Amino acid sequence: MKQRWSGLALAVGAMTVSAAALAAPPTAEMLSNACAGCHGTHGGSAGPSMPSLASQSKTAIIEAMKKFKSGERPSTVMGRLAKGYSDADFEKMGDFFSKQKFHPTSQAVDPAKVKHGAELQEANCSRCHLDDGKEGKDDTPVMASQWLPYLNIQMQLYQSGARKMPEKMAEKVKPLSKQDLEALLHFYASVK
Amino acid sequence: MTMQRRDFLKMVGAGAGVGAATALTGCATQQAAGGGRKVVVIGGGYGGTIAAKYIRMMDKSIEVTLIERNDHYISCPFSNLYLGGILPDLSKLTIKYDKLAANHGIKVVQAEVTGVNAAERTVTTSKGVFNYDRLVVAPGVDFRTEEIKGYTAQTPEVAPHAWKAGPQTILLRKQLEAMKPGGTVVLSIPLAPFRCPPGPYERTSMIAMYLKQHKPGSKLIVLDANPDIVSKKGLFLKGWKKHYDGIIDYRPAKKVTEVSADGKSVLIEGIDEVKGDVINLIPPQRAGAIAVSAGLVGPDKNWCPVNPTTFESTIHKNIHVIGDACIAGAMPKSGYSANSEAKACANNIVNLMNGRAIVDFSGINTCYSFLSAKEAVEVTGVYLVDKEKNVIIAAPGSVGVSPDLSETEAIYAESWLNNILTEMSS
Ligand SMILES: Cc1cc2nc3c(=O)[nH]c(=O)nc-3n(C[C@H](O)[C@H](O)[C@H](O)COP(=O)(O)OP(=O)(O)OC[C@H]3O[C@@H](n4cnc5c(N)ncnc54)[C@H](O)[C@@H]3O)c2cc1C
Ligand code: HEC
Ligand code: HEC
Repeated sequence: MKQRWSGLALAVGAMTVSAAALAAPPTAEMLSNACAGCHGTHGGSAGPSMPSLASQSKTAIIEAMKKFKSGERPSTVMGRLAKGYSDADFEKMGDFFSKQKFHPTSQAVDPAKVKHGAELQEANCSRCHLDDGKEGKDDTPVMASQWLPYLNIQMQLYQSGARKMPEKMAEKVKPLSKQDLEALLHFYASVK
Repeated sequence: MTMQRRDFLKMVGAGAGVGAATALTGCATQQAAGGGRKVVVIGGGYGGTIAAKYIRMMDKSIEVTLIERNDHYISCPFSNLYLGGILPDLSKLTIKYDKLAANHGIKVVQAEVTGVNAAERTVTTSKGVFNYDRLVVAPGVDFRTEEIKGYTAQTPEVAPHAWKAGPQTILLRKQLEAMKPGGTVVLSIPLAPFRCPPGPYERTSMIAMYLKQHKPGSKLIVLDANPDIVSKKGLFLKGWKKHYDGIIDYRPAKKVTEVSADGKSVLIEGIDEVKGDVINLIPPQRAGAIAVSAGLVGPDKNWCPVNPTTFESTIHKNIHVIGDACIAGAMPKSGYSANSEAKACANNIVNLMNGRAIVDFSGINTCYSFLSAKEAVEVTGVYLVDKEKNVIIAAPGSVGVSPDLSETEAIYAESWLNNILTEMSS
């Protein structure tokens, strides 16, 4: 108790000098909470299209932010936003969101497509999108429960060549039909 | 007074329980030590709900009371889409406070705040007096109606502003619906700064869309007190040309100074008369009345100067002002800004109350605007404090607008609204 009072007195005293000059650099929390107006509290998106960031792979977030910033990954808004931050900031944000609780969603998915997608996942995508897309490893993002319209937009960007696919992923994606890919995305969206 | 006291007791009793008894018996001494654990938040809009929620998420030992005059909140963002006919009603824009209160142990009190006593740290309301150790003031805006000759309490009933969403928005839509085809709508935009810089131009687009679809031959005259379109100029001009050529008559530097009693005619600079079948008169703005009466506005008498890191008033200690009411440097007055300011303010209130070092501000603004039923654009920026000048500035390179009208942005915009309203209501 005592410590708290004296600490407070110190902080209040400091404020009268100039709060900004003495403040500590923004914490992971300060940086990341600002993202939640679009991505949802703690990165759990209420949908129906903004992607969730909660429990996303840390490296996937950092890599995504770097690619948005450099322009390598196409975006509507993230490219401009990412320019406002440093690599050290990305590190903090990646750390923050990767530690948040997984955010399961209940989306309208087509059961037939989900079933077909589940069959395709094992042979085609499971090497990288582990455990039905529930696990994100290194730069591979978590796919489970991700919002379907977001996944569709991203798949279109891959297909058009605007977003560059990892080579080994392209090898798997290319032979699949439009219907197959749609089924896979319905499957990921349905996983909880 | 005894009545009020009892109400207050009841409210404390009904709250989350933590420290309710000590709050009553011990508050005077706690205050004397300067280290009590009570925060009161005025205003349950884009800023206030988030400040209350994030303080509780970061420190459950702080008691938070949110005081709001209404039992629900209707979002201004997307209310233009209702005017355009895209949304059938305002239900998607309406939130309640029950889940927010229950999930986070926030005491939500429906009452009108009538006074703030900074010296005694009390807030007077229609339901009694509340003590605080720190106060967050987030009342949004009120109107400088005295700058428009002839403006009375009746004027908004005939010439709606619809700049606070709710009955005003519904009235404006009813007037548009009742207008005969070939009619004239007049939209009057005040001098900046006002709530939501691109808002009037989104409204221009949405009213024009409505006229195009439902009232053939009608015109929309836009009287802008500003010398030019304030925000996203290129994109709005492009959208207007693409969709509403011949419908929108945009006139810059036309300041409305007078309105007729029937609300069907306005005067520009007291001379040129412009008549309309429907007049959407948006008066100039200032911080919500309670911020003014609490003495929180600065020399301009309109907006509240704050410390850019803690959002503590530079006039009254222990009072923080966020959202439209405060002067947040380069950050525009938007719902997203209010959300972002609220979180930073909450974070540093918790730091201050725990004797921890305060943390640098980092915030974001985004404003989506619709130009047609399916196309939207946005302006976005990242903000931080310039330590030498002690003012909020944009992070270099981060502020910009969409390259073009975009259907993808419209899809994301809808989700933005859903996420930010979910943040505020759960
Ligand atoms: C047409 C329009 C479109 C907009 N579009 C966007 C958009 O797309 N994106 C965006 O980011 N922003 C947008 N905005 C701006 C946004 O609405 C405001 O910036 C935002 O609401 C500010 O939040 P606030 O918390 O400061 O005030 P508010 O949200 O207005 O909340 C203030 C609350 O305080 C309460 N209150 C005030 N005084 C008292 C009192 N004395 N006692 C009790 N309660 C009180 C009020 O009832 C209200 O609920 C738009 C605005 C308009 C008008
Ligand atoms: C204005 C809304 C908005 C804000 C604010 C915002 N984002 Fe995004 N985010 C998006 C959208 C939309 C996408 C999809 C890409 C695009 O079109 O920009 C996205 C995509 C992402 C992705 C890629 C997700 C994936 O699965 O690959 C990451 C990572 C991300 N955002 C992180 C952040 C972080 C960190 C912040 C805060 C600094 C932030 N975002 C703030 C809207 C937003
Ligand atoms: C060799 C590993 C690998 C394989 C195999 C693979 N992926 Fe990926 N996938 C990745 C990586 C890495 C990323 C993120 C890379 C980037 O930034 O574009 C990714 C991203 C995605 C995304 C975008 C997710 C987001 O959040 O933006 C989709 C959709 C996707 N993969 C679908 C598939 C499908 C469907 C298959 C199977 C047909 C598949 N992938 C196979 C590695 C792989």
